Amino acid sequence: MNYRAVRRLSLILLFAPFALWILLLIVLPHIGMGILSLREKVAPRVYEFGFGNYIGFFTEPIYWHILARTAFMSLFVTAIALLIGFPVAYYVAKIAGPRSRGAMFMLCLIPLWVSDLIRAFGWILLLRETGLISGFLQWTGLAAEPVEMLYNDASVIIGLVYTVMLFMIVPLTSTLEGMDDAMVEAGYNLGGNGFTVLRRIIIPYAMPGIVSGCIIVFMLTAGSYLTPVLLGGKNSSWFTQTIYDQFITRYNWESGAAFGFLLLIFTSLVVWIGLKLSGQTLSSTVARS
Amino acid sequence: MATDMNATVSADHDLECSNVCKNFGSVQAVKDVSFEIPSGSFFSILGPSGCGKTTLMRMIAGFEDPSSGDIRIKGRSVLNVPPNKRNVKMVFQHLALFPMMNVFENIAYGLRCIGTDRDEIKRKVNDVLHRIALPDVGSREIHQLSGGQKQRIAIARCMVLDPDVLLLDEPLGALDLKLREAMKIELKLLQHQFDTTFVYITHDQSEALVMSDRVAVMNEGRFEQIGAPQELYHRPQTAFVAGFVGDSNRWSGRVAARSGDEVAVETAGGLTVRCRAGAGAEIAVGQQVELFVRPEFIDLSRGGGGEGGLAGTIESLLFNGANSRALVRLSTGDHVEVDVTLTGGPEDVKPGEAVSLAWAPANAVCFPGGARR
Repeated sequence: MNYRAVRRLSLILLFAPFALWILLLIVLPHIGMGILSLREKVAPRVYEFGFGNYIGFFTEPIYWHILARTAFMSLFVTAIALLIGFPVAYYVAKIAGPRSRGAMFMLCLIPLWVSDLIRAFGWILLLRETGLISGFLQWTGLAAEPVEMLYNDASVIIGLVYTVMLFMIVPLTSTLEGMDDAMVEAGYNLGGNGFTVLRRIIIPYAMPGIVSGCIIVFMLTAGSYLTPVLLGGKNSSWFTQTIYDQFITRYNWESGAAFGFLLLIFTSLVVWIGLKLSGQTLSSTVARS
Repeated sequence: MATDMNATVSADHDLECSNVCKNFGSVQAVKDVSFEIPSGSFFSILGPSGCGKTTLMRMIAGFEDPSSGDIRIKGRSVLNVPPNKRNVKMVFQHLALFPMMNVFENIAYGLRCIGTDRDEIKRKVNDVLHRIALPDVGSREIHQLSGGQKQRIAIARCMVLDPDVLLLDEPLGALDLKLREAMKIELKLLQHQFDTTFVYITHDQSEALVMSDRVAVMNEGRFEQIGAPQELYHRPQTAFVAGFVGDSNRWSGRVAARSGDEVAVETAGGLTVRCRAGAGAEIAVGQQVELFVRPEFIDLSRGGGGEGGLAGTIESLLFNGANSRALVRLSTGDHVEVDVTLTGGPEDVKPGEAVSLAWAPANAVCFPGGARR
């Protein structure tokens, strides 16, 4: 075997797992789902090709209502995660010393060691009627009777922000670490105040990280299931729940598949608009970090 | 520069520092530095890395506060003025141009900060681009510029704001040699054109000597000497300046005899050489001294044992065009660098030849040694 053949073989071997993963776990299921979503049920066990499942979504206001609500709440979660994550990332990347930087990064990572489910239960322990916060409020006399803080939009948002925070902080930190301190100093030296430097220099510089973090966080939030269900209860009206209902409760796989595609198309559309508005491209943001 | 330099001292000085000190914990980075820079001159602070020159400059720009002492710009103390309110602009070591803005926006940034109106910004930016001879680059992105162009944009970005003092922090360090040589001349021309006080920080003595009206040599947080480049080169006041500015052959030895300004020094290797005592240096017979002789002041003649000369052999030739040197090994084992002219003809000296070295005592200088290296 000559050198060339070895190289080719090693390339194929390296590439094979990746190709298999893409093909078997992403492409094939989606083709299957696509076919499934285009089958209309005309009678028990009788199917016809048609867009009925998609039309069904648009004619029933409750469905697109839930999708719009999911998108809106996800954007809100993304915005809050950005507002909290940016100062944290800036501190980790620029203000903390090199030694405490690693420790702080570890602290950000620790919640990831615990599963989503356990983290959501953690919030339930805190927020429920008989939970810690309610108990504390009664003990201090601020509340006369048990306070229920679960099963509302606020608790869903808190839980989601907490779950996705790390995915905002990591890309922001890595972008900000690449920024030369002299650039900020130059911003001041040329007469800018703190606000100008932030608005004209730091944020534009961090834009790829901001957009990349926002895309990841938005996608994760819009596609999350566990946190909205556990913290928002049955009425949290998250779109993934609707999909789940179609598949499991109603056993209507065709409609569920169509909803799944609609969620994918809709979130992709939001990301695309976001990229256009911020003047970034996918390759300059997510691919970079 | 035709204005009377003697009129009202402080108004003629764009920048004055008096007894400036800076401590970082127990480390004293800048020790009691005082100087003043006349308006419109090119002033360099020259020193090895870690000598505190960057700290000093950051204090002038306002990024650090002095532990004690005062800094005055145009006669007014700026100690409590934040960096963005000081009319001192700075060209950073790696320039720190804003990569997310184009050239025009980079230059306009400072003007926007002070609220200049749109038309005025346009006029001023175009004006400054003309002055740095890059009239058509306004719409270019930073990464499309060459190293020398970036340099000029970084200066233009500061000069458009009409600063009292422009600080330059080794801005040529990142350029390759050829460009660096060209930029030295260009910087000097730009300084003339803008007629602004430039304070240039460098560890490269040739940059400092070529461009500056005055140079301060800094070492271990202290100013060793301030003077015109020629003065530093020919009349160093301390051993450090003699060794740091320009190339020198250096010996340590003991004073054997002294008559007036002329000193005879016996080196560790057993040579006896004559030199003059450094200005203001206390030299007594028997004292340890450091002796400096520049390669260009040494006469090299063929054949060993000239009258009063030091005999040696040429060990190797270090060819570098007009700056060629011969490395001569003396009979005592010391190595001496001597400037030679190598024309490539048969009359050139060759390695292995016996030569004798001599210099006028006035061209060699000695300082008390042992205390500081």
